[in-house]
Amino acid sequence: MEETDVIFLWGANARENHPIFFHHVLKAIHRGARMYAMDPRRTSSAQWADEWLGLNVGSDIALSNAMAREIIHAGLANEAFIRRATTGFEDYREAVERYTLKYAEQETGVPADVIQRAAHAYARADRAVICWTLGITEHHNAVDNVLSLINLSLLTGHVGRYGSGVNPLRGQNNVQGGGDMGAIPNRLVGFQDWTREPAIRQKFETAWGVSLKPEYGMHMTQMFEAMEEGEMRSLYVIGENPAQSEADQNRAEHVLKSLDHLVVQDIFLTRTAELAHVVLPASSSWCEAEGTVTNSERRVQRLRKALEPPGGARDDMWIITEIGKRLGVDLGPPVAETVWNEVRSLAPIFAGMSYARLEKEGGLHWPCYDENHPGELFLHSRLWKEPIEGTPAPFSVVEHDPPLEQPDDEYPFLLTTGRRLDSYNTGVQTGGYSSPLRRGETLDMSPEDAEELRLLDGDPVRVSSRRGSVVAPVRIDRSLRKGLCFMTLHFQDLVKTNVLTVDYTDPKSGTAEFKACAISVVPVRAGADRPAVKRSPQS
Amino acid sequence: MDIHLLQADPTDEEREAVDAFLGQPTSGWEGGERQKRDAHTAAGGHAARGQRHLLLPTLQAVQSRVGWISEGALNYICERLTIPPADAYGVATFYALLSTVPRPRRVLHVCDDIGCRCKGAAELCAELERTVGPAYHHGPEGDHHVIPDHGAVWLRSPCLGLCDQAPAALLQIAGENPVDRLFGAVTAASVRKVLSGDLKPTTAPHPKVPQAGGANLRLLRRVDSTDPTSLDEYRANGGYQALRRAIELGPEAVIREVTDAKLMGRGGAAFPTGRKWDAVARQPVRPHYLICNADESEPGTFKDRALMEGDPFGLVEAMTIAAYATGCEEGFIYLRGEYPLAHERLMNAIDTARARGLLGEDILGHGFHFDIEIRKGGGAYICGEETAIFNSIEGFRGEPRNKPPFPVQSGVFRKPTVINNVETLVNVLEILRIGGPAYARIGTEGSAGPRLFCLSGNVTRPGTYEVPFGATLRQLLDMAGGVAGGRKLQAILLGGAAGVFVRPDELDMPLTFEGVRAAQATLGSGVIMVFDDTIDLMDIILRLAAFFRDESCGQCVPCRVGTVRQEEALYRLKSAKTRGGTAGELALLEEIGVAMKDASICGLGQTAYSAVESAVKRLHLFNGSTR
Repeated sequence: MEETDVIFLWGANARENHPIFFHHVLKAIHRGARMYAMDPRRTSSAQWADEWLGLNVGSDIALSNAMAREIIHAGLANEAFIRRATTGFEDYREAVERYTLKYAEQETGVPADVIQRAAHAYARADRAVICWTLGITEHHNAVDNVLSLINLSLLTGHVGRYGSGVNPLRGQNNVQGGGDMGAIPNRLVGFQDWTREPAIRQKFETAWGVSLKPEYGMHMTQMFEAMEEGEMRSLYVIGENPAQSEADQNRAEHVLKSLDHLVVQDIFLTRTAELAHVVLPASSSWCEAEGTVTNSERRVQRLRKALEPPGGARDDMWIITEIGKRLGVDLGPPVAETVWNEVRSLAPIFAGMSYARLEKEGGLHWPCYDENHPGELFLHSRLWKEPIEGTPAPFSVVEHDPPLEQPDDEYPFLLTTGRRLDSYNTGVQTGGYSSPLRRGETLDMSPEDAEELRLLDGDPVRVSSRRGSVVAPVRIDRSLRKGLCFMTLHFQDLVKTNVLTVDYTDPKSGTAEFKACAISVVPVRAGADRPAVKRSPQS
Repeated sequence: MDIHLLQADPTDEEREAVDAFLGQPTSGWEGGERQKRDAHTAAGGHAARGQRHLLLPTLQAVQSRVGWISEGALNYICERLTIPPADAYGVATFYALLSTVPRPRRVLHVCDDIGCRCKGAAELCAELERTVGPAYHHGPEGDHHVIPDHGAVWLRSPCLGLCDQAPAALLQIAGENPVDRLFGAVTAASVRKVLSGDLKPTTAPHPKVPQAGGANLRLLRRVDSTDPTSLDEYRANGGYQALRRAIELGPEAVIREVTDAKLMGRGGAAFPTGRKWDAVARQPVRPHYLICNADESEPGTFKDRALMEGDPFGLVEAMTIAAYATGCEEGFIYLRGEYPLAHERLMNAIDTARARGLLGEDILGHGFHFDIEIRKGGGAYICGEETAIFNSIEGFRGEPRNKPPFPVQSGVFRKPTVINNVETLVNVLEILRIGGPAYARIGTEGSAGPRLFCLSGNVTRPGTYEVPFGATLRQLLDMAGGVAGGRKLQAILLGGAAGVFVRPDELDMPLTFEGVRAAQATLGSGVIMVFDDTIDLMDIILRLAAFFRDESCGQCVPCRVGTVRQEEALYRLKSAKTRGGTAGELALLEEIGVAMKDASICGLGQTAYSAVESAVKRLHLFNGSTR
């Protein structure tokens, strides 16, 4: 990251939401790297960018496809790489052909010349990186959005090389680790698909002494659907606060309350835990438990226990093992290294990572197939081998598909949601600590809209969507343009932002479209009677 | 750093001042009206942050238009230049000539430094306090005085570089057509006139060069004898022959000539100029920068002002030669902010030279490009330190940098940089005129060439004098007509505030690098300040101590704390309320002085004890109790 030349920060406000990672970005910038920020808001990250591409919410594919067309037409596509390491280019070329700069300007709002410059900068760069986060994935077409960015990297060969790549930034130190360990419905530990490969299924069945159903589990959105349908009556929640983090919160809470049995295992008594029949107080994994985490760059690192959990709280591993016992299953001793060695024996990508090596080498990148394997610094270097290793990378034809809910006369503003530097998700882990930066929940809106509604900073407004309504003070924010509003989900106890959001979800990933819903904003007090205040552009 | 703008708007006048310097803002993101395009794009990043070097000149534009820099003005500047306001505030408050609290448009800076004190500055200030009111002052408590009805105030100032015409004052009138003017021989009556607005600014003082027109002059040959505003006059008197000669020789041969001439820097450190130039010329990193250090702020020094006011084309030509030899395409003159006439003359010289193809593209048709930009200082003595100049030009607080890396490797904008003092550069013309070896024969074995000295204080004919190296202190004193009024000599401050006091029995000291070194003295910037027997030296030393305390940039602890402790100890000595008797205080001064000398980052702290030490050890100011 630090030695790249061009950075596309796409749908990511890393300055606030990935502050440690952003220090690496800053090192690159200070070294001379050029950054382009694609974000509807001119965030504090975007202020560091050489150019800000303030696209309309959910117009990412219009932008990326237009960039691809521009790159192809300017003769800047990496034809050698496309030929050697990819498939499906012709279809892709055909599909992006209708995404002219003019069309993209019309759909995204970003001036054509800016799109063209960014496309050329990316394609011409010796090294270039695309980073994204929830601005890409919290949409009803999340996977298509991601694929459209991957297309750009394949088009230019900016993948699998030092200083070049595609990086989804992880929001926590161990999001990657959760997936690594199989805490996803369609893979077992080490991303192994037991439904498709009999050998894998047999390996696990032998090791665990059970028979595995050859079908995927449900992801969270499907679980909520199943609960709503009454098909799922019992839920075991570990370290998650869906009562407040789910889109369309009123519905989520209603569903959770209707369960026959809700178990919550957490370090705090979250809103979800308050609804539970059984609460299992857990340990804080960064200081009260042994184990490993995997960070954004796939580096597996050791965590060491420094403290005993307080009171009746117990290590997560111990709790799970004990529940296993009650259910008549012996999961083995709740010892981190023993569990890890089982992981190594079953998942080839971790096989070479002994605790001894992890300690000695300060962590290792997977895949790491044996004790002599140094780990892989980047995942897709295989695409540069001669001939390439494994299957070629496929281009994916994806089409622009704007957010499902658009502003109309009744709900004239578009609300997009996100996070701030000083708070963390639903505030479970940060709400208990004060911060000089914290402002509480606000409805952020552009100076132009505030002037039209005759609102001043701090004036309370009722914010309503088709699903619910909340009251919050207004905060005038120049980083927003007319028609666009912003809220966070940090203060759910005070302002339930997620009662507003839609639960249209991407069928491929199950992620809801937190980034776009239509709202109305109505002053709560006598603000409407106040005479219009002429504002200078600085306000 | 992220930008957190303030909730403060500029006045129309402040906005105009900024826009007049930077041009109109091109988007709402730069502080203009929000336009349609601003909703979806903003330029920023490297290009925006690359404007940082414009911060000081922009602050100066507001200061000279409005008289002070309000929060709204600062906010607007930050928006225009993509600088965090907190950071810009740190820069604005660094410079004495910039005010971040309300100040009237008409201010008079009255020098009360050591040179002017010899000519009654302390009495003048006392009279002003009685008749006009207390000096305008803004302390950390925010206790600025009420602005009088006539909207003009006076302030105490450190040395204004006009010691040959003491007591001195600098008038500044902010406005659309701002006025900056130095006055010499100031009286309480003339101050009252200026403040009340009666006096139209009269002609500025002329540089005082008693030898003007003399046949043997090399550096001062044109000063006070050739029209400094006319390029034709300059050429008629030998101008631009040196540049032509340099181009004949080629860059490497020019450096050889300078090396053969044994030219040593005249700024105080006496580093061989040829070696410096050679080091930069060899740097593969591009671009190279040239800086002329014209931040002449050492109390008692005014020779560079004499050169810049009297022979501005000479400096421009000399810089062009230096740039040619070392491969620089961009040069800066870092001129002290208190030299308005020098600024005017140099601007004229640069513009004229550019119009005649002697600066800019393809100079003299030889395919070599070079141009000069003047950067005005903001009233900070520390900015005469070479690395502090880099920070100041780049738009940061003028705090010195650690060395290494040395400027020849990493100077302004972290690029190889030649930085020379005005007098040093002007010597190059003479070297090319007569050749390096011939130049080396002027002066003595260890000190080649001519040298300028600034005579001030209680001498009959104060002014800038040129002698070949080797003249004694006595000879210089005689040239200036001896002690004024035939009074008895008490002491001479040699080298400036960072120099040393010498006794009347040391007048046969040869003023060469080796001569003063043997006498454990220094030439510094060529200051020879004479004190007769009526001067209270304790008062002079206290003023010196106050000067260092005030001018310390505060970056490193030994200097920041040491200069305060030094001044306190001197006050206790003066009041006789000592701790541990005189001997105890002197031991403390010595300890502080050694700590500053050993541990300070730059020359300011390293020399802040020098004059005090010499007063103790050479003059035995405290009854010889040191021995």
